[in-house]
Amino acid sequence: MAIDFEIPEFIQQQQMMVQYIAETTMRPYSRDLDENEHQRPTQFIEQIWPILKEQQKSTLKKLTEASSAEKSDKPKRPSVTYLRLMLLVEMLSWGDAGIYLSLPSAALGGAAIEAVGTTEQKIQFLTRFAEGDQPAWGAMAMTEPGAGSDTSAIQTTAVFDENTNEWILNGEKIFCTSGRLALEESNGLVIVWATLDKKSGRAGMKPFVVEAGTPGVTVVKSEIKHGIRASDTAAIVFQNARLPADHILGSPDVGSAGDKGFKGAMATFDASRPLVAAGALGIGRAALEFVKETLAKEGIEIPYGAPYHKLTAVQRDVMDMEADLKAAYLLTLRAISQLDAKQSNALEASMAKVKAGKAVTRVTQKAVEILGPMGYSREWLVEKWMRDGRINSIYEGTDQINTLIVARRLLDYTRKELS
Amino acid sequence: MVSFTPTEDQQTLIDTIRRYALNDVRPIAHEHDEDSKFPANVVQKGWELGLIPTVIPEDVGGFGDSLSAVTGVLAAEELAYGDLSVAMSVMSPALFAYPLILYGTAEQRENLLPIFLEEKFAPATAALLEPGISFDPNSLKTTATVDGDKVHLNGIKAYVPLADNAPWMLVYARDSVSGNVNAYLVEDKSEGVQIENREKLMGLRAMPMYRVNFNNATVDMASKLGGAVGINYANILNRQRVALAAMAVGVARSAFEYARDYAKQRVQFGKPIAQNQAIAFMLAESAIEIDGARLMAWEAAWKIDGGQDATREAVLAKQYADKAVLFVTDTAVQTLGGYGFIREYPAERWLRNGRGFPTFDGLAIV
Repeated sequence: MAIDFEIPEFIQQQQMMVQYIAETTMRPYSRDLDENEHQRPTQFIEQIWPILKEQQKSTLKKLTEASSAEKSDKPKRPSVTYLRLMLLVEMLSWGDAGIYLSLPSAALGGAAIEAVGTTEQKIQFLTRFAEGDQPAWGAMAMTEPGAGSDTSAIQTTAVFDENTNEWILNGEKIFCTSGRLALEESNGLVIVWATLDKKSGRAGMKPFVVEAGTPGVTVVKSEIKHGIRASDTAAIVFQNARLPADHILGSPDVGSAGDKGFKGAMATFDASRPLVAAGALGIGRAALEFVKETLAKEGIEIPYGAPYHKLTAVQRDVMDMEADLKAAYLLTLRAISQLDAKQSNALEASMAKVKAGKAVTRVTQKAVEILGPMGYSREWLVEKWMRDGRINSIYEGTDQINTLIVARRLLDYTRKELS
Repeated sequence: MVSFTPTEDQQTLIDTIRRYALNDVRPIAHEHDEDSKFPANVVQKGWELGLIPTVIPEDVGGFGDSLSAVTGVLAAEELAYGDLSVAMSVMSPALFAYPLILYGTAEQRENLLPIFLEEKFAPATAALLEPGISFDPNSLKTTATVDGDKVHLNGIKAYVPLADNAPWMLVYARDSVSGNVNAYLVEDKSEGVQIENREKLMGLRAMPMYRVNFNNATVDMASKLGGAVGINYANILNRQRVALAAMAVGVARSAFEYARDYAKQRVQFGKPIAQNQAIAFMLAESAIEIDGARLMAWEAAWKIDGGQDATREAVLAKQYADKAVLFVTDTAVQTLGGYGFIREYPAERWLRNGRGFPTFDGLAIV
């Protein structure tokens, strides 16, 4: 190996294709979908669904084949699965972050099933994303009104009814991305975290697959938000919702040895955090490029290499924005390449997430400032990007939670020693 | 193919320099900083690592490794992790040798590169920076005026490393007619070259640097680096920027590690201060900034090695590293509290050295 930053040719080509999709089915609808929250990005969904369906089909094929017969005769090439994903997510977010979050896919729900599910469960639950005429959405429901970053405080319960061989769910979940799309607007599913035994904390927490149409499951609210308004954010209530026995992911024993349940799902953060960071980078790049193009029309170029005292405040700001975004990009690229190399990356994933969240927040806020009355105007998209960008320091672990993770790892401290 | 793993050879080099930095450099850094004394023995040891002979072409007797900017930034970070004065001193001959390797005519290379193949430290230097508050490498005040087969140099250079001891220096000057920047291979004994007072600086105190006056200093036309073709000045500046960015990362890393270890053993209110989020978060943020700056230096260096124009990447990497090293070293001082302000402890030295990076134009190269 050698230090290298070359993006493979085929990924660059796919980036260009996604840019075309972004320019034709995202950007033209960005403003409307922001002004009319809870409308769906239908043009984008129609365009992207056939492509995603094929990808999910081949993913599912690989998942189920790998477990039925391990193939070893294939030549080993370094994987670029996550690298490709990172750069496509970045480009989609460059198009529109809210619309990107409405991708008709298994999303985080699929990630949990892939990570923990049996082969039967993978086929049973993931086929809907790979076949059929209608798009389907997957979602993940962890957060509750009283349990945000502290996921161990969840109150939603799951009780096994031995008479009917069913799980009974009761509780409330909030901030569930694409929850209504999954449960009401498609034949989708939501992975719901519930506790079998509140006294045993994390060990008692298990993920359940809740499919659309399950009686006792109600979407009670779609949130009205500061940004990413094209994305569906749902509150869901469970009142004696009954699920078949095999809808639990992992072992039903509380704290059983070798149970991948909670830890398995937590490990998906190592993959999801750099991808969330990639989304942040896309919004930041959109704002930065727009600022530079707009300034260039006014005859203001960025003179890289000019000494500090010869730059205007605006030029300095733009260079700072660009440097910040570059640092965030490279930290994300590192966490992603560790994923592809199957190396542990919890530290680097959180570093990238914190940096990207802060960078996009700062870059987009500066962009509004630099462009003055037009930056603040809803005629242009800059003010929207600032509102869209802000979520990145909040979801998938706030900046503070991720900083805490970084600090614990650097200091070699346990949760008890540093909280 | 994206990768963040150095080659095996590069990793061996990193490990070797790290041992030198920790075993040889760290123990003497404080004393030499206090006394503004050049650590000749330790610099000699650093010279013996062979960093410069390795990249001298085979046809003039060197080992012929390519002058890789990526390898250069990896080495620069580790050297500066020991001490910045020592790092810059050990690498100061490169300020002369590397542009010569890159752009020298066959004759210039054959004549001068063998100087750097000796076992004894071969002092040589370069003069780029100029005094005053508004230095701009693209509008140098020092001029070169062609007069037949002679060139007259006029102007004042500042911060010239080891100028008192270097028989050769590379002088950057603006052509008085074309305005282009060229570099000249100048002997210290040339007429009109006057080494003035040693610079008295906030940091970098163990590396002697001098103001040098060129008062109609006259050299042969043949001493113009690269002959008629000249130099790729933009590429030289970029190689300087990434070298400095990497050294800033090295300084920041030493301060961060010290503060981290201190915070874990310093007990107040019955627990290590690192167990407070206020301290732990500063350290976490420091680590993120260090890694971000390092990766930017790597990417810019990689672009240089690919033969592409890396100005944007190099400028941004340098700018980012300038800020990162200030933030991190300042955080280290704060983490140590009162001890951060006491000169017996290294944190304040790292802050003094770290603060200088936006000013250090031309003091290092890869």
